[in-house]
Amino acid sequence: MNATLQFTLNGKSQRISTDSRRTLLEVLREDLHLTGTKYGCGEGQCHACTVLIDGNAVRSCLTEVSEIEGRKVETIESLAVEGKLHPVQEAFVKEGAMQCGYCVPGLVLTTVALLKRNASPSRDQIVEALNGNLCRCCGYVNLIKAVQRASNPTKEIP
Amino acid sequence: MNTREQALEFDEPERYELREGPYYRFQVSRREFVQVLGAGILISVAVPAVFAQRAPRGGDGRPAKLAQRLHIGADGVITVFTSKVEVGQGSRTQLTQAAAEELGVPVERIQLIMADTSVGPDDGGTAGSRTTPSSVPAIRKGCAAARQLLLETAAATFNADAKTLSVRDGKVEGLGADHQFSYKDLASEKHAKSLQQEVNSSVNVKEVKEWRILGTPVPRVGAKEIVTGAHRYPSDIQRPGMLYGKVLRPVSYGAQLEEIDLASAKSSEEVTVVRDGDFVGFAAPTSFAAERARADASKTAKWKAPPHPSSDELYSYLRTHASEGRGRKAKVAAESKDANRSLRKTYNIAYIQHAPMEPRAAVAEWADGKLTVWTGTQQPARVRQDLATAFKVTPDRVRVIVPDTGGGFGGKHSGEVAVEAARLALAARNPVSVRWSREDEFTWAYFRPAGVIDLAGSLDEKGVLVAWEHVNFNSGNSAIATPYSLPDPVTEFKPCDSPPLRAGSYRALASTANNFARESFMDELAALADVDPLEFRLRHLQNDRLRAVLVAAAESFDWKAAWKKNSSRQKIGVGLACGTEKGSYVATCARIEVDERAGTFKLLQVCEAFECGAIQNPANLKAQVEGAIIMGLGGALREEMRFKDGKMLNPKFSQYHVPRFKDVPEIKTTLVNRTDLPSVGAGETPIIGIAPAIANALFNAAQVRIRSLPIRNTEFRAV
Repeated sequence: MNATLQFTLNGKSQRISTDSRRTLLEVLREDLHLTGTKYGCGEGQCHACTVLIDGNAVRSCLTEVSEIEGRKVETIESLAVEGKLHPVQEAFVKEGAMQCGYCVPGLVLTTVALLKRNASPSRDQIVEALNGNLCRCCGYVNLIKAVQRASNPTKEIP
Repeated sequence: MNTREQALEFDEPERYELREGPYYRFQVSRREFVQVLGAGILISVAVPAVFAQRAPRGGDGRPAKLAQRLHIGADGVITVFTSKVEVGQGSRTQLTQAAAEELGVPVERIQLIMADTSVGPDDGGTAGSRTTPSSVPAIRKGCAAARQLLLETAAATFNADAKTLSVRDGKVEGLGADHQFSYKDLASEKHAKSLQQEVNSSVNVKEVKEWRILGTPVPRVGAKEIVTGAHRYPSDIQRPGMLYGKVLRPVSYGAQLEEIDLASAKSSEEVTVVRDGDFVGFAAPTSFAAERARADASKTAKWKAPPHPSSDELYSYLRTHASEGRGRKAKVAAESKDANRSLRKTYNIAYIQHAPMEPRAAVAEWADGKLTVWTGTQQPARVRQDLATAFKVTPDRVRVIVPDTGGGFGGKHSGEVAVEAARLALAARNPVSVRWSREDEFTWAYFRPAGVIDLAGSLDEKGVLVAWEHVNFNSGNSAIATPYSLPDPVTEFKPCDSPPLRAGSYRALASTANNFARESFMDELAALADVDPLEFRLRHLQNDRLRAVLVAAAESFDWKAAWKKNSSRQKIGVGLACGTEKGSYVATCARIEVDERAGTFKLLQVCEAFECGAIQNPANLKAQVEGAIIMGLGGALREEMRFKDGKMLNPKFSQYHVPRFKDVPEIKTTLVNRTDLPSVGAGETPIIGIAPAIANALFNAAQVRIRSLPIRNTEFRAV
């Protein structure tokens, strides 16, 4: 069931030929070597595999690669430009919002999508938006602070 | 390092280390080895620098002991080696800080090579909270020796008195304006031979009051690689020509494979199929292709499945299958002659799983009869030995590298996935990556042991404890001894002779269970004595350090104002608990809200005080304490492995509910900094207070006594 697919990946046109039933997660990691997108559960419960499709946070483990034909896919690798971190990445570093860090790429992208919809979310709105993302180190306190900082970089987070 | 310390390094002090035979008994044929040796293709592939670890710069392999611990390049770059791993608890940052402190250089100047069995000293595995009390001092000693060498060499070169010199920013100070001497100079041709000295064990490390880097909130080393997705975890390692492997799992625990038809898989050109004893695995250019081969083959598999106990009968099973106890034989506490009132209660603790974000993963590569494996394990030396045993080679032909890994929590002491990847790579004659699925991890990894705990105690007429017994069936020995002062306490640990599930280490392991039972029982006794639970504990507590954290947590929570004896049901309840394990001290207060109509309760607030000696990195410590509290909520409120007929009933995050953002209460931490005391580990003990504090709060609100983990009650469930 090979198919040739054309889509935009991290701002560049991308063409692949592969079995269309494979997940986007697997193709990104194994064929395109973009390993920043992580496998955590394979059932959409942990959001470690989050990517942006047309600007929305999407779980790549539940997305068949055939679904991305003609669409715009962004992975964690696209955020920093020439070594300069995206403000959300900057905020995660500043707040020490990582322990093992395996959940962080998914959380950064979920935050990017959240702030696009709502530039200054309340704490409750942050918790609601991020509740699908698991962090087994349970570094949730600093993660919430990081999102608060990203939405308001000049304000000191208590 | 003395022998006792070394022994502790390799084992959990509570002696619940996973000990089992080889995962597979391979019949690897001689022919396969010859093929690998003669294959040529792998040998001719240039081996690039190890992916996850920067190779030491300017290395010329100086063999001396000092050089094994650290290497000073002629370019001034300092490389420090340790067998410790980073699984998210901040060891990389903390060990880098320790080295920078003693060398007198900025943190950025240090590169720390962790957990590569081909280089550096063996500091043991990363377990039992041992990194802070033993690896930090070992690295500090090595680095202090280098600093001493720098000072002495500078003094000799410029005819100065070493005692008047110091190091700042990697340069010697006190030589006068005309003279300069730095680590770069020390590493130059002229002085290099002096580096081949052994570490002088009498060398002095800096006192706490001299600390400039230790004791400060140095940010996470490698943070940029993590937020950009550039860091390569074990599951991200990719090698030229690498295939993806899948392993056939038994249909249930203990099931034996009777037959399987592998003809279809073998007919595929792109799939490598291995059947070797109990091992059946598939390797292909994509995970999809390997998974299809496995799924197709598994449909033809016939299994012989033995009976297996169910989680419904777990607690009676653990009692009836108890082996002879360790510790003193329990006697009946109520027999004490001073006993006035007595209690005897039983507490049940479920099996739970670590469920690290990154499931087990390994990449194996054979070349020239040597094996290199990148894998996520807390015990690289043990995994190397497992591989050497499985493939009948000497350990020096096996190299295990542990890239900073996506979580451990005591759950990655074993090397099954490394052995699986290596077996497939041997057959495929290409590197193979095996990454367990979440279901594999929830079913075939190991678990925190379940347990049954019997407690009995007696009070005299003044409400003072006069007798105590604590019997633990299966869950473990750690923190079984009561920290309270009372006459002749009796403890006994009775491991199960045929435990239903594979069990091993877990963050704080049995101390969570033993402390939950003891602190719940102390609350029951306080109620029996009709005393404030804080007052009841202090009455029996002579340990100053434990008293100090208990008082600190109670003050931060304003316990005196918060607690009142409730004789009727209240909306709000408060509870507290304290404990000690691995040399550190914790006390936790919790406030909950009960909704009678809905039959639910919600955790509102937690105040926790923690003390682990002199604090080395307050930011990381705070993160560890907060993370432990929230992780502890999982085991307290919801987590429980359920199984029947040898099958796991809830091996998914959709069925096994771990803490999420919405579970996070208001958390206030008090870090007690005892700069007069040696630093000990902090990654485990902060988890042991939360469960009993919540259970006791539920009693305070609703007079409902909880005697199980997870907290189970027919009237109230956690939301």
